[in-house]
Amino acid sequence: MLSIRNLSAAINGNEVLRGINLEIKAGEVHALMGPNGSGKSTLGKVLAGHPTYKVTGGEVIFQGKDLFEMEPDERARAGVFLGFQHPIEVPGVSNASFLRLAYNKKAEAEGRDELDPLEFDDFIQEKIKVVKMDAAFLDRSLNEGFSGGEKKRNEILQMSVLEPTLAILDELDSGLDIDAMRVLGEAVNHQKSPKRALLLITHFPRILETVHPDQVHVLSSGRIVKSGGMELAMELEERGYDWLKAEAVGRG
Amino acid sequence: MNSSLQQVTSQEYKYGFVTDIESDSAPPGLSEDTIRFISAKKGEPDWLLAFRLKAYRHWLTMKEPAWANVHYEKPDFQKIVYYSAPKQKTPKYQSMAEVDPELIRTFEKLGVPLNEQKALAGVAVDVVFDSVSVTTTYKEKLSEVGIIFGSFSDAVREHPELVKKYLGSVVPFSDNFYAALNSAVFTDGSFCFIPKGVTCPMDLSTYFRINNKESGQFERTLIVAEEGASVNYLEGCTAPQFDTNQLHAAVVELVALDDASIKYSTVQNWYAGDKNGVGGIFNFVTKRGLCKGRNSKISWTQVETGSAITWKYPGCLLVGENSIGEFYSVALTNHQQQADTGTKMIHIGKNTKSTIISKGISAGNSSNSYRGLVKVMPKAEGARNFSQCDSMLIGAKCSANTFPYIEVQNKSAKVEHEATTSKIGEEQLFYFQQRGIPAEDAISMIINGFCKDVFRELPMEFAVEATKLLSLKLEGSVG
Repeated sequence: MLSIRNLSAAINGNEVLRGINLEIKAGEVHALMGPNGSGKSTLGKVLAGHPTYKVTGGEVIFQGKDLFEMEPDERARAGVFLGFQHPIEVPGVSNASFLRLAYNKKAEAEGRDELDPLEFDDFIQEKIKVVKMDAAFLDRSLNEGFSGGEKKRNEILQMSVLEPTLAILDELDSGLDIDAMRVLGEAVNHQKSPKRALLLITHFPRILETVHPDQVHVLSSGRIVKSGGMELAMELEERGYDWLKAEAVGRG
Repeated sequence: MNSSLQQVTSQEYKYGFVTDIESDSAPPGLSEDTIRFISAKKGEPDWLLAFRLKAYRHWLTMKEPAWANVHYEKPDFQKIVYYSAPKQKTPKYQSMAEVDPELIRTFEKLGVPLNEQKALAGVAVDVVFDSVSVTTTYKEKLSEVGIIFGSFSDAVREHPELVKKYLGSVVPFSDNFYAALNSAVFTDGSFCFIPKGVTCPMDLSTYFRINNKESGQFERTLIVAEEGASVNYLEGCTAPQFDTNQLHAAVVELVALDDASIKYSTVQNWYAGDKNGVGGIFNFVTKRGLCKGRNSKISWTQVETGSAITWKYPGCLLVGENSIGEFYSVALTNHQQQADTGTKMIHIGKNTKSTIISKGISAGNSSNSYRGLVKVMPKAEGARNFSQCDSMLIGAKCSANTFPYIEVQNKSAKVEHEATTSKIGEEQLFYFQQRGIPAEDAISMIINGFCKDVFRELPMEFAVEATKLLSLKLEGSVG
């Protein structure tokens, strides 16, 4: 579904990604780990098309198409979803109307029927149960005054509304307490499907204990330096990242 | 700035056409003779001519104000045409059948049908074309409940005692440079009188159209609500696209007696000039409401999207005990537009309250300033004010300023001021796009969210219109 081939990207002339190679198949769950500044979040933003990052080399094929030929909103409608680390606040725009517009834009692109506000309300009421969100959040301004955990919950709600083919979740677990992490981890599990690929970007292995990734990759200085299974995440929990950096330098 | 942010602000102005109609105009230039000419054309009584001449002589001693945060070449007052009216056989159209079909077509194109059968249900419209009122719909129906609504000129002829009593009572001719000029040369406008205890059964509205390239528009609006009366008044305006600037200097006076309420809404869409700032209207307007009676209420709602330069501060004089003044404003500037707008709330009586909600949106190279005065006089025991001024910037070349002036002379007063500045930047836009929402829909949604507190004060049709207008105005500015 997703082939990242020798991808390099820069921000303000500084190369942050330096030749990433990664294959993700439908139905798989991958975790991308690494220390601060290793380029994890950058990879998510580059895939989603953030305008401040410049692709300097390599290519990304998503469902047979060149991802970089598409505008950010086209990528989203084609099924790429990025769960933000810091979702932005938008005063005066209700959560429900934002979600409905996003839903309808995708429905329109896929030739499905758009939902009117009443139909959408029926649809969304089912969805909020999964993330254990209070219906009052739907009428509030988008992310405005939400706590860190509520914002993350809202990201997962958006994901379940848009039903993406590829979901990249950037530090879903940052700023969450243990209970919230479990609820969201379960909500993510609920989103697993043979047709969907998940890429979890995280510092800490804890959320992976709930989500159980098929593969774990470690990013350091813009390259994937090690890949493995869940046991790699556990090793990182014990040993930290430094030994991997040393290994990478030794190899390099 | 990504490419979609740049595209969302360069929509063509769709009201920019000129009506080819023969007009009856005064030669350009301003002198006592011009004023006598206007007064004679309108068959005015001597007291009104005297008022004009007094204003003119005072104006000659005044200087154009320079304190506003706007920069422009001062108009040459000797090049302006002060009177221009569509030529007609009878002095005033007696019925729709006599109105020039070209005028009817013009206003249909502007979305203001003059024919009552086609007119907006529930809205009476007075239509002002250059210097004169062309027609007023539902005039008869309103007079059945004692409401006087129509052109200012008709009111001078038919109700001179009312005009004499209230004209200049809220905005004296000496108030400021443009108010003095208006008092000297005003040509027409709307007059509205709601008698004691009457709730106006429909919204009243005036549509202003400047058509003549050389003419200025100097209209005068006077609205009086007697004890317990209430009215909703709407104002709309457009002008053709010329490469020269036209001057619009209006005066609006509102008077609310005991328990009366007046809600005045404006959607201002004068031609704003092109992308390079050539042409456009200079909109220098004085609007003020007098809450004269106890428990009276005056509410201003404005959506300012047009004009090359806007200089406008609709305010309230809160004289009556427990009276309430409100100001809700959205001012949008794009390209080379400059706006310096806000309000004045003067608390004079006890327990007077005022609310100010101002939303400024700047895009392109424009400059957008909020300027507001909240003044609490010594006797205004228990006065309350709440002000909120939010600015939003789109792109990196525009500017937003807030100039709040607060003067409190009574210890029991409570005055609150909140201000924010935000930016529709890449991050906000990227968030929407990442959810599959194209940039243009995203901006329109963000702007409408930002303006929500003001839009909900507008009558339904106006709110829909205003929402569309803002999206159109910003088309191409986001990229």
